[in-house]
Amino acid sequence: MLTHILKALRGGPVTEDAPPASRDALEELGARLRTATQARLGRSLSIREVDAGSCNACELEVHALNNPVYDLERFGIRFVASPRHADVLLVTGPVSKNMREALHRTWDATPDPKWVVACGACAIDGGLFKDGYAVTGGVSEVVPVDLHIPGCPPRPVELLAGLLALLETSAGK
Amino acid sequence: MYFGEDPLFGLLRRIGKPVAGHRPWPRYATTAGGWRTMIEALGGNGWSLLGLWAEPGTVHAAIREDMAGDLAVVSLDCPDGTFPSLSAARPGAIRLERAIQDLFGLTAERLTDARPWLDHDRWGVRRPLSDKPAAPMPNPPPYTFLPVEGEGLHQVPVGPVHAGIIEPGHFRFTCNGETVVRLEEQLGWVHKGIEGLMRGKPVEDAAKLAARVSGDSTVAYSLAFAQAVESALGVAVPPRAVWLRALMAELERTANHLGDIGAVCNDAAFAFMLAELSRLRELVARTADACFGHRLMMDRVVPGGVAVDISEDGPARLLELVAELRRRFPPLVAIYENKASLQDRTVGTGVVSGSLVNRFGAGGHVGRASGRGLDARRTPSYAPYEDLEFEVPVRTEGDVNARVWIRICEVEQSLGLVEQIVKRMPGAPRNEKGERPLPRVPVEGPGGEGMALVESFRGEILVWVRVNPDGTIDRCHPRDPSWFQWPLLEAAIEGNIVADFPLCNKSFNCSYSGHDL
Ligand code: SF4
Repeated sequence: MLTHILKALRGGPVTEDAPPASRDALEELGARLRTATQARLGRSLSIREVDAGSCNACELEVHALNNPVYDLERFGIRFVASPRHADVLLVTGPVSKNMREALHRTWDATPDPKWVVACGACAIDGGLFKDGYAVTGGVSEVVPVDLHIPGCPPRPVELLAGLLALLETSAGK
Repeated sequence: MYFGEDPLFGLLRRIGKPVAGHRPWPRYATTAGGWRTMIEALGGNGWSLLGLWAEPGTVHAAIREDMAGDLAVVSLDCPDGTFPSLSAARPGAIRLERAIQDLFGLTAERLTDARPWLDHDRWGVRRPLSDKPAAPMPNPPPYTFLPVEGEGLHQVPVGPVHAGIIEPGHFRFTCNGETVVRLEEQLGWVHKGIEGLMRGKPVEDAAKLAARVSGDSTVAYSLAFAQAVESALGVAVPPRAVWLRALMAELERTANHLGDIGAVCNDAAFAFMLAELSRLRELVARTADACFGHRLMMDRVVPGGVAVDISEDGPARLLELVAELRRRFPPLVAIYENKASLQDRTVGTGVVSGSLVNRFGAGGHVGRASGRGLDARRTPSYAPYEDLEFEVPVRTEGDVNARVWIRICEVEQSLGLVEQIVKRMPGAPRNEKGERPLPRVPVEGPGGEGMALVESFRGEILVWVRVNPDGTIDRCHPRDPSWFQWPLLEAAIEGNIVADFPLCNKSFNCSYSGHDL
C-alpha cells in the first residue's frame, strides 16, 4: 500500500480543472437573487442530498462528484449528513407522493438562508413519471426551487458547473 | 408423492392448460386446486419462485426448475379477489403479495403479514391498478411495526432520508445495548407507479421507463425488457446487436462492482479504497461514454436491437480499458486482502446462511456468497453467453467479505468477457454509401406475451410483458433481484452491532427504486 501511495504522490494529482460556472445557472440564480433577496453564504456550501423518488442514476453521478477526478471538496462544497448543517438541498427524483412529507420536513429542518437545487429531468417537472398516480411532478410542487440542472442524469461536469454558479452567486461575486 | 422430483412441465401439464402465445417459456392457466399443488411442490428445494405479480383479476407466478433451467408461468384467475398464499412455502413471496394487495386489491389467503407495503396512504387512491380503484381511506391508521418485547431493548428509527447520498427507506432497529436484536425494513418510499405508467404506452416509450426502474442497472433492465418484448412479438435481433448488448451489460457490471467494493471499504472507514476504486469506476463511465455516448449507457439497448453502434475507436478503447483495469485493480485487491483493519470489519460480519438464500431464492452476490451459484447468464442462459467463456464465482461463508470477493471475481470475469466480445463480435458490413447500418430491426408483430430473465450486477431481473396487437403495452411487470435480497438483510444484521449496519447494507446494495417501482 505504501508503494501505491508513493506512486500516487509522484504521479501528481488526477483532479481535473473545473468547468466554468454554468451560464444558464448563473442567469437563473441572478434572477432569483434579485427577487428573493437571498442572504449570502460566503465561499463555502454544505449540501444535503435528498432522493425524492429518483431511479438512483442521478445519485451515481452525484457520487462521482466526490471522486478524485472531480473532487468537489476543493471548492469548499461538501455533502453533509444532516439538513441542519446544510445550506443547499440537492433534490433528485419526481418527488414520489410517499416522499413528499419527508422532503418537506427536510426542507423545514434546513436553516435559512437556504437554496434548493432540482437535479435531473425528474426533479424539474416529474420527467417520464409525471403522469403517474404516485408522483407529485417535480420538486417545485413541494418546496421552492432556486436552480434547475437538467439531464437524465446530469453529467458530473454539468452538476459541477451548476454548483459553482451557486457558489459564485451565494458568495455575492 | 414427493413433488420436488416431479419435472416442472410434468406437474404443470397435470394442473393447468397451456396458454397460447407466451414465449419463450410456456404459461399455464390453473385452478385454485392446481395453484395449491404448485405451492406444495415449491416447498421442495429444486425449484425457485422467480416472480409473483398480478393484473386485474389474475395472479401469475414464474417458476424455475433450477437444475434443468426450465421456466414457466402459472396463472390463476381469482374472480372473488383472493388466491392461496405462497408465503408459507416461499417467504420471499410475502412482500410481493403485500404489493399485489396494495396495487390490485387481490388478497392472498392466509397471508402471513397483511399490512400494506407500497401503499403509504399518500396516493389519493387505493388499489390504483385494479379495475375499480377506490377512494383513499378517510383516517388511515399509522403503519404498525412488529412488536418487540424484552428487557433493556430500545429502538432506533432511521430514514427514510438517510445520512449519505443513497436512496430512501426506513429501518427500525431494536437493540440491546449496541447489539441489533431485530431490524425491520419499511420500503415503498420511491414508488413511482411504473407498472401503471407503462400501461397503454407504445413499446419505445415503455422501454424508456424500463430503463429507469433502477438506474444503476439501466442496461440490464433495458435488455430484459427488450428480450421480453422481442419474445412476445417473435422478433429476431441482429447478431451484432446481441453482442453489443452483452458488451454494455458487462461494462455496467464492472462499473457497479468497482463502486460497491470501494463503498464497502469506505463504510469500514478505509476511504483510500473508495478514492482509488471510484477513479476506476470513473474510467469505466468515461469509456462507456466515449463508446456509446452515455456514461451509464441509458436508452442504448432498445427493443429490436441497439440505439447506437459502438464508436469507431470504441473497440480499441475497450481493450485499453481492460488492460488498464488489469494493471490497476489487482494491487487494490491485494490491499483489501492484506489490511487487517479491513478484514477485521468484513470477515464474519453480516452472515446469511445458505438455507436462507435458498428459501428466499436470493440471487446475485447475496446468493453466490452463501453457496447459491445461480446466474441467469448460465441458467437458463441467453445469447451470446453460450458462446463465451466465464466462470460464476461461488463462496459459502455468506459474510460481508464473501460478498466483496464475489464482486472482485466478477470484475475479473467481466473484463474477460469484454475482451472476448470485442475480439469476436460480428462485424457490421458497410453499405454502398460506406455507412454502417445500425443493428436494429423494427419491433412489429401480432402481439403476444413474453418473459425474460437477465443477470444484472445485482442478480436476476425478471420482466414479463403482454404487448397489444397495436404495439402498445397491455401489462408489464419488472421484478428486481432486491425483492428476494432485502428480507435477508434483516437476517444478516441480527446479532451484529448497529455500527456495522452500513457495512452490511452496502455489501448487499439492494435497490430501493427497483423494488418500490
Ligand atoms: S432524471 Fe433520469 S437519471 Fe435522474 S432520477 Fe430521473 S430518470 Fe433517473
